[in-house]
Amino acid sequence: MIASFGFGVLVLTFLVSLYGIGAAVYGVRSGKAAWVESARHAQQLTFPLVSLAAGALVYLLVTGHYEVSFVYSVTSNAMPLYLKITSWWGGQAGSLTFWIWLLSAFTTAVTLRRWERDREFLPWVIVVSLVTVAFFLALVIFFENPFNRFWATPTGEVEAFFQPANSVPIFPSDGRGLNPLLRHPGMIIHPPMLYLGFVSFVIPFAFAIAALVTGRTDDRWIRLTRRWTLVAWLFLSLGLVLGGRWAYDVLGWGGYWGWDPVEIAAFMPWLSGTAFLHSVMIQEKRGLFKRWNMVLIILTYCLVIFGTFLTRSGVLSSVHAFAQSAIGPMFFGFIGVMFILSLALLLYRWTDLEAEGHMHSLLSRESLFLFNNLLFMGILVVCFSGVIFPLVSELLTGQKVTVGPPFYERATAPLFVGLLFLMGVAPLSAWGHSTIRTLGRALWKPALVSVVVLGLVLLAGVRSFGALLGFWLVAFTASVTLYEYGRAVLARARRTGENLWMAFWNLAGRNRRRYGGYTIHLGIVLMAIGIIGIEIFQQETQGTLKAGDSIQLAGYTVTYRKLDEFDAPDGRNVARAVVDVSRGGRYLGELHPRRDYYYASQQPMTIPGVRSTLEDDLYVLLVDWRPISAEGATFKVFHNPLVNWVWIGGIWLIFGTLVAAWPDRDPEVEQARTVGRERLARQTA
Amino acid sequence: MSKKVFLLVSLLMMVAALVGGLAQRVQAQQPTPSDNDVNRVARQLYCPVCENVPLDVCPTTACQEWRELIRLKLSEGWSDEQIKEYFAMQYGDRVLAEPPQRGLNWLIYVLPPVAILAGAVLVIRILRRMQAKPTPAEAAPAVLLSPEDEYLKRVEEELKRAEKSGR
Amino acid sequence: MDRGEVMSVSETTPRRLPTVVIVLAFVLLLGFLALIAWGLRRSMSGPISVGDRVPDIQMITFDGQTIHSRDLAGKVIVVNFWASWCKPCEQEARELEEAYQYFKDSGKVVFLGLAYVDTEPNSKAYLEKFGITYPNGPDLRTTVSQMFRIRGVPETYIIGSDGRLAAVKIGPFQSTQEIIQTIQPLIH
Repeated sequence: MIASFGFGVLVLTFLVSLYGIGAAVYGVRSGKAAWVESARHAQQLTFPLVSLAAGALVYLLVTGHYEVSFVYSVTSNAMPLYLKITSWWGGQAGSLTFWIWLLSAFTTAVTLRRWERDREFLPWVIVVSLVTVAFFLALVIFFENPFNRFWATPTGEVEAFFQPANSVPIFPSDGRGLNPLLRHPGMIIHPPMLYLGFVSFVIPFAFAIAALVTGRTDDRWIRLTRRWTLVAWLFLSLGLVLGGRWAYDVLGWGGYWGWDPVEIAAFMPWLSGTAFLHSVMIQEKRGLFKRWNMVLIILTYCLVIFGTFLTRSGVLSSVHAFAQSAIGPMFFGFIGVMFILSLALLLYRWTDLEAEGHMHSLLSRESLFLFNNLLFMGILVVCFSGVIFPLVSELLTGQKVTVGPPFYERATAPLFVGLLFLMGVAPLSAWGHSTIRTLGRALWKPALVSVVVLGLVLLAGVRSFGALLGFWLVAFTASVTLYEYGRAVLARARRTGENLWMAFWNLAGRNRRRYGGYTIHLGIVLMAIGIIGIEIFQQETQGTLKAGDSIQLAGYTVTYRKLDEFDAPDGRNVARAVVDVSRGGRYLGELHPRRDYYYASQQPMTIPGVRSTLEDDLYVLLVDWRPISAEGATFKVFHNPLVNWVWIGGIWLIFGTLVAAWPDRDPEVEQARTVGRERLARQTA
Repeated sequence: MSKKVFLLVSLLMMVAALVGGLAQRVQAQQPTPSDNDVNRVARQLYCPVCENVPLDVCPTTACQEWRELIRLKLSEGWSDEQIKEYFAMQYGDRVLAEPPQRGLNWLIYVLPPVAILAGAVLVIRILRRMQAKPTPAEAAPAVLLSPEDEYLKRVEEELKRAEKSGR
Repeated sequence: MDRGEVMSVSETTPRRLPTVVIVLAFVLLLGFLALIAWGLRRSMSGPISVGDRVPDIQMITFDGQTIHSRDLAGKVIVVNFWASWCKPCEQEARELEEAYQYFKDSGKVVFLGLAYVDTEPNSKAYLEKFGITYPNGPDLRTTVSQMFRIRGVPETYIIGSDGRLAAVKIGPFQSTQEIIQTIQPLIH
């Protein structure tokens, strides 16, 4: 009953979106504003409708309606309530519904804004958003229906929404339960963040397409969507950081980033989105690179859709794709149409997107931004070829290959180094005109500080070239950024007579975008410290220990005490080891690495015992154990120096993005308010 | 300023830890070849049956067998390279962390650098061309920005411009 | 490969976009889409289906003997994928050997065992344990299993005397009788 209701609402939403697309196009063609207004209402109707369907699905999940196949596959009686709710996005059909819900929320929010100055954009923004909504709805309705039920037919069990002939419904008493890998807090909030990032990139894309269709080629579309882009970037970054944290805590390989195709699929739109965030500033300040910005935002949207396609259609995994998805061909069709239309539109308007200004100097801020874009695109090209190459190889030679971390690390390391360096130089170069002299004058103090730091690192005994270069760059960029803050704060304090804190507060408050950006840079620097630590100085060792034996790594001593095996009430078998950690003879505490085995899904999980400090992490894994005999257990121990700075930097970066994206008072709204007040005053007078 | 100090201190702490760690590194009693030797090789290989799981962290029984095979080969005196080749021969190229540099695979080693170089050439050409024709109004240099008051003026100006143009 | 690269080429052209660039941009995009379409079709299409001609299978047995399936034309070929780490494979190991013995003297049926991602010492121990005597070898580079797109072990593919796939068994055979009954009608 509820399932039928949910499905009916989805179908209705689909029809409403189709109507909205038609009405918008007809309205703009015939010049009848009422039709556009009607399309806008259709758009605004999608969110409440999808919310109803989503509510139905969540209700089914929470109440354990296992006759619905999606509910059966992701929940079980033993799961706590919050997991039953969040298992909404724990499987393909549900997560697509979740995605549609977020998408309709964002696109509806956009149509709620005031449109006085930008009325010509409205119909096309509606068309692009509704086409995307309608496409994903079609995927759900035709291929991945979360409301499908189990039926017993004479030939066997089937999943379908409508009752097949001669069949009876099946009501299982318990479900299979959520994949244990997905029961981690990081994994519960990681997908929503990633999806939020993905769907909010639809909005700048919709405005860009609207600008192309209407031929309004000034930077209005960029100004309108600036905040959306930052929000998209914020969520995408948060999603990536959380994904890394999840991998570190749950996957048990001592790292947070494995250059897996699924990770890269989410990383690619982040790269082009970051490039876009930088290059729009050139267009705003100097009127340059209009075409390039269009290319970047279209590329970002295409990468979002393409990444979703890659990870969901099974096109990348061929030999062992047990669950082949039927959504592939339709998804492919959508991608093809969107890519070709965007390209055609872009080329059609190419001549209109002529730059208005000129470059003056190779060292000016805008040309440094151009190099920044080059490096981001370079990393993107490496990632893209790495993801796509196994497919090419399999198709052309029949041999599947793996493109793993060594390839990506070798290819992207110099590019990342270049980016870090630019991050240090660019904030000090001026818009329009910079020379070696002006730049040198601005840079020498921070450069001196960084050289001192380099000396200290050398004195401390680090000899690895990569580490020295990395730490120097980190010190350089950090000092430049802090110098930028400091200089402006001091100058302002001197001029206005405010104390330093007030000066800092007002300065940052009045140009949040600039200082939010610098805060993000500092976040990246902190993350870089962690990445250098784990990439260059990570150590590991493995050994089989009898009770009382110990193993040494990086000055730590890990002593095996005992191991307990027991069944936990939520359907898993736990083998939990107790080890003591000491350093230099000083006892530091116990760690409990364990192996959980989930009976229902027959899946083992290795949960590390981690001692985490700002200086380093000691990460102990239980690899193997002999249950009865006294032979003991095998442990793998990782020493991950500085890894916590990755998370600290991540939080810092999120904070900086919040600062930059926090809404200002809208001048248009302000103006409208003033006008209204005046009118009111006149009327009352 | 205190942030920088904090940063420095943490850097130094780390460095001290590393140096200490290197000096005190002592191996526990290990079978020969040790688990660490096996992991060294296994880390460079991928599990042949799972997608994208390195062999040293793969928890399945099959992977344990393969790690034992590596141990066996090591004890027979094989080099890391020989073992990797043997695995590629037995289980296909996908067990290697990188495509072997032969046949069609050169594409992936050549194309990205070529694309990046092409991009760099392009960027430089664009910069040259755009530099070539400055209009007189724009060509006026943004004056030499020396002391801090001038800097602040610039900041304030930019702020004003931002406030006027954006929202 | 990257559309952005192509289009920014024309950033340097002040007036109209050269036709060459437009064509090139579309060709690259369509080429990319074609590649994805090809990959998608391949990932959607199933294994070689019954009735299809089976390409040549090459294997090197554990004894070092090289076998080509094309040299065996006119005979029924039973290709069994197994692994020593695979529990269900053990259920059919003895049965396969018995079926092999049953058909051995007729000379019309060939049994080939391919060890799927297994280690050589374990494979040999497995063969010894179940007393298997028909030719067995590793599936080098997983070429044959990729050809059939097997999804796991055990799987058995029976090629008729005409060189076309005649029968497929996913999972273990339940009895010697089942194997014999599957093969018998294929012998002419």
